[in-house]
Parts: sequence; C-alpha cells; structure tokens
Amino acid sequence: METLTKKSASAKRSSDPKPPTQKRRNRIWDSMKQQKYLYLMSLPFVVWVFVFNYLPLWGWTMAFQNYKPARSFGDQQWVGFKHFVELFSDDRFYLVLRNTLAMSLMGLVVGFIVPIFFAILLNEMRGMFFKRAVQTVSYLPHFVSWVVVAGIITKMLSTDGGIINDILVNLNIIDQPIQFMAKGNLFWYIVTASDMWKETGWNAIIYLAAITGIDQELYEASRVDGANRWRQMWHITLPGIRTTISVLFIMSIGHLISIGFEKQFLLQNSLVLDYSEVLDLYALNYGLNMGRFSYGTAIGIFNSVVSIILLFTANGLFKKFTKESIM
Amino acid sequence: MANKAFNATRGDKLFDIFNILAMTLVLIVTLYPFLNVLAISLNNSTDTVRGGIYLWPREFTLQNYKTIFQYDGLLQGLQISILRTIVGTVLGLISSSMIAFTLSRPDFKLRKFVSTTLALTMYFSGGLIPVYILMRDLHLIGTFWVYVLPGMISAFNVFIIRSFIDGLPYALQESAKLDGANDFKIYYKIILPLCKPVLATIALFLAVGQWNAWFDTYLYNGSKAHLTTLQYELMKVLQSTQQGSGAGRNANDMAQQMTQISPESIKMAITIVVTVPILIVYPFLQKYFVGGMTLGAVKA
Repeated sequence: METLTKKSASAKRSSDPKPPTQKRRNRIWDSMKQQKYLYLMSLPFVVWVFVFNYLPLWGWTMAFQNYKPARSFGDQQWVGFKHFVELFSDDRFYLVLRNTLAMSLMGLVVGFIVPIFFAILLNEMRGMFFKRAVQTVSYLPHFVSWVVVAGIITKMLSTDGGIINDILVNLNIIDQPIQFMAKGNLFWYIVTASDMWKETGWNAIIYLAAITGIDQELYEASRVDGANRWRQMWHITLPGIRTTISVLFIMSIGHLISIGFEKQFLLQNSLVLDYSEVLDLYALNYGLNMGRFSYGTAIGIFNSVVSIILLFTANGLFKKFTKESIM
Repeated sequence: MANKAFNATRGDKLFDIFNILAMTLVLIVTLYPFLNVLAISLNNSTDTVRGGIYLWPREFTLQNYKTIFQYDGLLQGLQISILRTIVGTVLGLISSSMIAFTLSRPDFKLRKFVSTTLALTMYFSGGLIPVYILMRDLHLIGTFWVYVLPGMISAFNVFIIRSFIDGLPYALQESAKLDGANDFKIYYKIILPLCKPVLATIALFLAVGQWNAWFDTYLYNGSKAHLTTLQYELMKVLQSTQQGSGAGRNANDMAQQMTQISPESIKMAITIVVTVPILIVYPFLQKYFVGGMTLGAVKA
C-alpha cells in the first residue's frame, strides 16, 4: 500500500515541470515522520555498528604513527610506512605468513571438499534412523568450544593413554608412542584434522539442503538409462549443487587469510612455535603484549588488505568462468 | 533419498556396504572422544594416571565433580558464563530482529544504506589492536559489558532473519497497517511471533557463541577474577601442563597462571561441565538451525 502511494507521488513529481525544493523537503520530512518507527528501530543500531565495526578502522592510522597511548591524536608522531618496512624486513613475519597460508590452504581444501563428500554419502544412506543419528551426532563437535576441542585433541594424541598412539602401537605400526603435540612439522596437520573433526558435519548442512532441492525425476531418468549409484552422484548430485559449491568457495577464499587464531593459540606449545604462530598471534604477541601497538596494527592491516584482494580476485575469476558470483 | 531398491546392481549393494561402514566410522570418531572424556572424569583421579581408560571408568567415583565445585573460580565462572549467555542472547535477538524487520520493508528509505553498512562488516575488521584500543577508550575493559556489546549485532544473523521475514506474506503487514497499527506494533505483534523458528536458530547461534567465548576474557578481563568465564577457567586448567605455552608467555597472565597441575580426571570433569549444557539443547533445536543455515547461505 505504501509502495503504491510512493509510485503515484513520483509520477506526480515527474509531470511537474519544476518541483519546488521546499515541497520536496516537506515530502522527505513527511516520509520520515511516517516511518519514524522504522528509523528508530534501525538508526540506533547503525550507530552501534559504526562504533564497534567502523571506528576500529580509524585506528588504522596508528600504523602510520609511533602511537603512544597517553597522547591525543594531534600529538602523535607520524612516521609514514616505517612500521610496514620493519614488518616486511622481519624474518619472523615470513615464517608466520608461511604458517598462516599453509594452514588456511589446508583448511580450505579439507574444510571444503570433505563436507561435500560427507553430505553426498549421508544423502545416499537408506536407513532413515541411522541417517538421522549420524547427522545429529556429526554436528555435535561444532557446538563445543575450541577450548574443549583442543583439550580433547591433546588427550587423544597424548603418549599416555591417547587412543591414537594406543591403536598405532597395538597394530604394530609404530613401536614407540609418538609425541604428536611436540612435533612442529605435524602441527599443521593436527590443526587441519581438528578443524575437520569439528566442522565437517556442520558445513555439510548447506550441501545437504541443496541436494534435497534436486529434482528427483533426474535420478529416475538416469536409472532408466542404467546409471549406477556412483554415476548418479557424479552426473546428477554434484552438478546439482554446483551453484552452492561456487558461492561457498568464493566466500571461504575471502576468509582465507583471516583464519583466526583460536585453534593455533590453544593447540600450540613452546616446542612447535615455528609452525604454530599465525598472523593474528604474531600481532597479539609482538603488538599487544609488548605494547608495540603501531607495529601490531600494521600486521592487522596487511591481513585485511590481503583478504579483500583474495575475495575480489576469487569473485572475479568465478564470474568469468562460471557466471556465479556473490557480488 | 527414497531410492527404491528396484534392480539394485551388485555395484549398488557394494556401495551401500561401503557407505554404511563409512558412516559408522564417522559416528565412532565423533562420539568416542566425548565418551572417553566422560569415562575419565568419572574415574578415580589417582587411578587414571595408570592409563587405559576407554569407554568405562575403572574405579567409578563422583569425587572429581565434588572437587571442582569446591573451587571458587569455577562457580564464579559458571555465573558469569550463564549471565553473559542470557544477556548476550536477549540483546542480540532484539537488535538483530529489529534491523531485519526494517530491512525487509521495501518502502523503507534507508534500506540500502543500512544493509550496505552491515554487509561490509562481513568482509573486513579493524583487527585485534585497534579493537583493543577502542574497548579501552570506551572504558569497557574490566567490565562485564565487554562480553556482550561488541558482538551484539552480526550481519550474518540479521540477514538470516531478514530472509525469513521476506518469506512471509507482505499483505499481513499491509492489512495490519489498514487496521491502524504502527510499524512498531507490526513488528512486535505480527512479525516477532511468526519469526519463532528463525529466532530459535539465531538464539542458539548467539547462546553458543557466548557460552563458548574465552578469548575476550583472556584479552580484556584476565586479571579480574570476578569476571572470568567458565571457558577461560577451563582454558587455564587445561593449559597448566603446557609450560611456556601461549597462555604462559603472556606476562599479564603469568601471575594468575596457577602452576599447580590438575590431575587428568579433574580436567576432564571440568570439560564435561563446560560441554553438557550445549549438548542438552542442540538436538532439540536441530530442525530450526538446519533451516536457518540454509536461509543464510542462499540469501546472505
């Protein structure tokens, strides 16, 4: 009904040769008064979003200063790109960048492919009860905090009473329990596997829903043509969820570098630091804990800029090749 | 899939067997760790050191649970965790649903502006240190509010609710308007009751997020004993064996890092206490959040 009045109003306006500005201002004011509740219900929250999400961007200026917490903005000393130069000439930074990229790429591959396969296999389960049970149980780890998961993983991999070592020893694959958590070169795999354990079931939800939307007649037609279950999965189910796959893939590339640091923080120990430190932890340790706010902010900016470039590149590539995009 | 097993070939049967085995493996791999933790938490803590506890406690006892509930930090943490979960969820639900409602109104003048403002926040953030400085400047550090205010509005949640409202017939709102209801009344009397399923989903997301959060405590309130959360307490206890780990290297945290090493069974008992509340709720909300996730993926 409101859209109707709006339409007739704009029609009147266009027929009017010279709309007096006074009238237009009144009209804006009128519509604001008319929609006052809508304004009241959204503007306070927009202000909130500005404060908590946009104001920190203002803090990016810190990266170009020798930020001293006690001084006001005008009294800060501006140093240009000094902190970035320092960052790019720090060997530790490249190590940390390597760790970040390695773990996020591994996470992307596993966190993306495994849920698709899981969803397809689960969808093919015949027993309804069993299917439901597996699905419900598979979400379970998603709802548990990383603190708990890290504790569980450490327990499972421990040398005394950890199930993994027990199995490997009893099957005579190894004769001595392995100190998994103390081996730097295993750390990336442990993080990736933990992530897989925690999120596969959850990530599969969307694919499962997409599979449900596939036209059942396609399956029947293919069966008449003699396609077995594998072929049905390959030629009908997978293409059927292609759009969902592309959209989720682009979104995960956008978040590639900002993989967070919770799991790394909680799973790491002093023996594996060279493999466990990621950009955010680096910013935390060198920026916040040592009080080098400007340096830490420079790390954060690098992080964000790379994410945005990745997102746009991925989106552009997909637009070009598959005609799917999220923007 | 209701695949009628007409002319099931040998390959199909093989596939079914493979599939059942694979899914059983998933079931075991997911459940075993939790059952193991439960068994250890119910076992005598000195006996646990001998190892070999798998699915059943060898020397059953409830002593571990008695011990941890005598520890002040745990009860304190439990209170703060419950409080932040309730307050955070309620505030988050009110704010997200209100914005979502205005965004679903095609006639709302600021619609484009508000939705762009929100959408952008999904792709960038200020980063750890600017956010920390902001919290300090707002004097939120060392207060309870630092747990609930910064995360109150998430664009993702708003867009999920918006998609749901978009699916409701707009005529409902129009007829209410003809009957003289104002926009707030429409939101409160018509939209909110119809949104129950999606609100249940978002409530679950928010509650789980609040319950599971520990890093904000570590960052902002680690030295405030009366404001630490359950997850943070668990984190301290679990990390107490890992000398020189992330937690230990933080000078700020070093002081309260109790060097006492808790027995395995005690750690597992705290893990169970932290985990159980969520395990009780999520199966009941399953039918809602599956729908919610799908809405989010399609339209976000």
